Amino acid sequence: MNELFADLTPERLRDLLHQMLLIRAFEESAEQLYLQGLIHGTMHLSIGQEGSAVGACAALRPTDYILSTHRGHGHCIAKGARADQMMAEFFGKESGYCRGRGGSMHMADVDTGNLGANGIVAGGVPMAAGVGLSIQMQRQDRVVLVFFGDGASNEGAFHESLNLAAIWNLPVIYFCENNQYAMSMSIARASKVDRISDRAAGYGMAGVTVDGNDLVAVYRETHAAAQRARGGGGPTLIEARTYRWKGHSKSDKQRYRTKEEVKEWQDRDPIARLVRHLIEAGLLSEAGLGDMQARVDAEMAAAIEFAKNSVEPDPATILEGVYA
Amino acid sequence: MSRELTYAEAIREAIDLAMARDERVFLFGEDVGVYGGAFGVTEGLYQKYGPERVRDTPISEAVIAGVATGAALTGMRPIAEIQFMDFITLSMEQLVLQAAKLRFMLGGKVTVPFVLRTPAGAGTGAAAQHSESLENWFVHVPGLKVVMPSTPADAKGLLLGAIEDPNPVIFVEHKLLYRVKGEVPEGYYTLPLSRSQVKRSGRDVTIVATSLMVSRALEAAAQLAAEGIEVEVVDPCTLKPLDSDPIVRSVVKTGRVLIVHEACKTGGFGGELAAVIAESEAFDFLDAPIRRLAGLDIPVPYNRELERRMVPQVDDIATAARRLVREAH
Repeated sequence: MNELFADLTPERLRDLLHQMLLIRAFEESAEQLYLQGLIHGTMHLSIGQEGSAVGACAALRPTDYILSTHRGHGHCIAKGARADQMMAEFFGKESGYCRGRGGSMHMADVDTGNLGANGIVAGGVPMAAGVGLSIQMQRQDRVVLVFFGDGASNEGAFHESLNLAAIWNLPVIYFCENNQYAMSMSIARASKVDRISDRAAGYGMAGVTVDGNDLVAVYRETHAAAQRARGGGGPTLIEARTYRWKGHSKSDKQRYRTKEEVKEWQDRDPIARLVRHLIEAGLLSEAGLGDMQARVDAEMAAAIEFAKNSVEPDPATILEGVYA
Repeated sequence: MSRELTYAEAIREAIDLAMARDERVFLFGEDVGVYGGAFGVTEGLYQKYGPERVRDTPISEAVIAGVATGAALTGMRPIAEIQFMDFITLSMEQLVLQAAKLRFMLGGKVTVPFVLRTPAGAGTGAAAQHSESLENWFVHVPGLKVVMPSTPADAKGLLLGAIEDPNPVIFVEHKLLYRVKGEVPEGYYTLPLSRSQVKRSGRDVTIVATSLMVSRALEAAAQLAAEGIEVEVVDPCTLKPLDSDPIVRSVVKTGRVLIVHEACKTGGFGGELAAVIAESEAFDFLDAPIRRLAGLDIPVPYNRELERRMVPQVDDIATAARRLVREAH
């Protein structure tokens, strides 16, 4: 196994870079569209966290499940969703993944195994144990990976879920994206232990901390966790250390951190890092990168056009979907 | 063919039949295995189906609700037990913000078919944290169904109906009914959810009652019949979504209605029922104000007599119904 790229082929690496670029383009477009007044509500952007989203999902199969978070656009793309149907959902259109009923915080694409983003911190964490049990009882060759943030690790539901998954040996990957802040509360102020992954020991499960801005490292650890889960070795807690470049949501004045700190993390950009490694290894050229960015830009432009041109939900259907 | 079973036995038989029929059905919760459940409802199922399908959980009500939701979302048919309805307070986030809303939030692309069984009610001397009747909290949440059976036969048929239902169902059992016997048909049968039942016909006054209060209302009706007052007793069986037609029809016929439930009066299901009746065509047929008889607005007291007084008794129901019939036009 190549130290730098694990077992990822050059083609696969370029595909993963493309996914990261697409996520960043999606987030930047989302912000612009919001500022233009074309999207209402709020949004939680994952710029800076593309390495953990793509690295984690790269280690999963299309048939595996994920549960996502309020900062979930990247997870959705990384698991295989289409940017146009995501953008349409963002616009609240009928052609969106959730027919305009869910929006940014409930983005889901069941067909690619994304069981949904979540507006509740740690909301997906108890459900993950249920999905894991379902996989185990149906003897399926699947795993479930649940994304959550550093903030979620202090919810009571986190404790209940990890304990249950451990005693029942469930095929669950608990994937903590530690982006350093639960809104304004830093993890340093919110937890007495240095590594969130240390908490795994309290449940008798494997735990590991990884550089979340190193796509290949994230892939490697998630792949190991998925293999463990598939082989009956039970759950794993992965802590991927990363950083959100933007505020928590649109109302955030970011009084709780310094510009210098943000700059320091921007220098550890997961995209720039993979680009550098690929170019150094001769697996990508500047021209190739330019082509890739042009494809991403075209894909986003098409996604926005699709969303703008899609129809609004028919008010006559407002009651649909409450009960099956 | 039918035979006499207790309410607890009828529930156990329903779970047994569902598990025998459908591999996706499994039972889990606190002490439901070897122990047989805190009230003995699940006795013998662990021995019959083994530890994979009859699962003891740690004392973790949030993840019990989460497991029900996640497993239902991905192809299973879970039956979860929350040992006392009081403890459902610890499950609220997963039930209210996840299970109930998932289908809607995801544009109707998923279903969440689980049943969460839970014993409710006072009368066991268990005081304020083991005697709650919180059903109306869930009635308020779109996406959940709420079922409250009042007899063994209903409990069996409604539980099997709830297990077949593609939605999350809160199935509220009453502790004081567990030992009550009744005729229960043999074999597999379902009773449709959202179907109110007229439990006794009468022309003078309608009593709409839920759960344990149904049998008390029927006892009161028998007393009043001796005085020449004919009471009609209607049991909604499913509180949400409510089948209001039989209730409205009954009030149109009798012109008088008494609503009886055990839960605290303020914010209880009776308020909703009263509003449904007042908004319906039955309003024009009312010969007296709509009356509610419900639990006092206090935590359930420990002292035997105080506990008894907190909850409507047969005499209270008879008195309230008699007064209602004698009220002037």
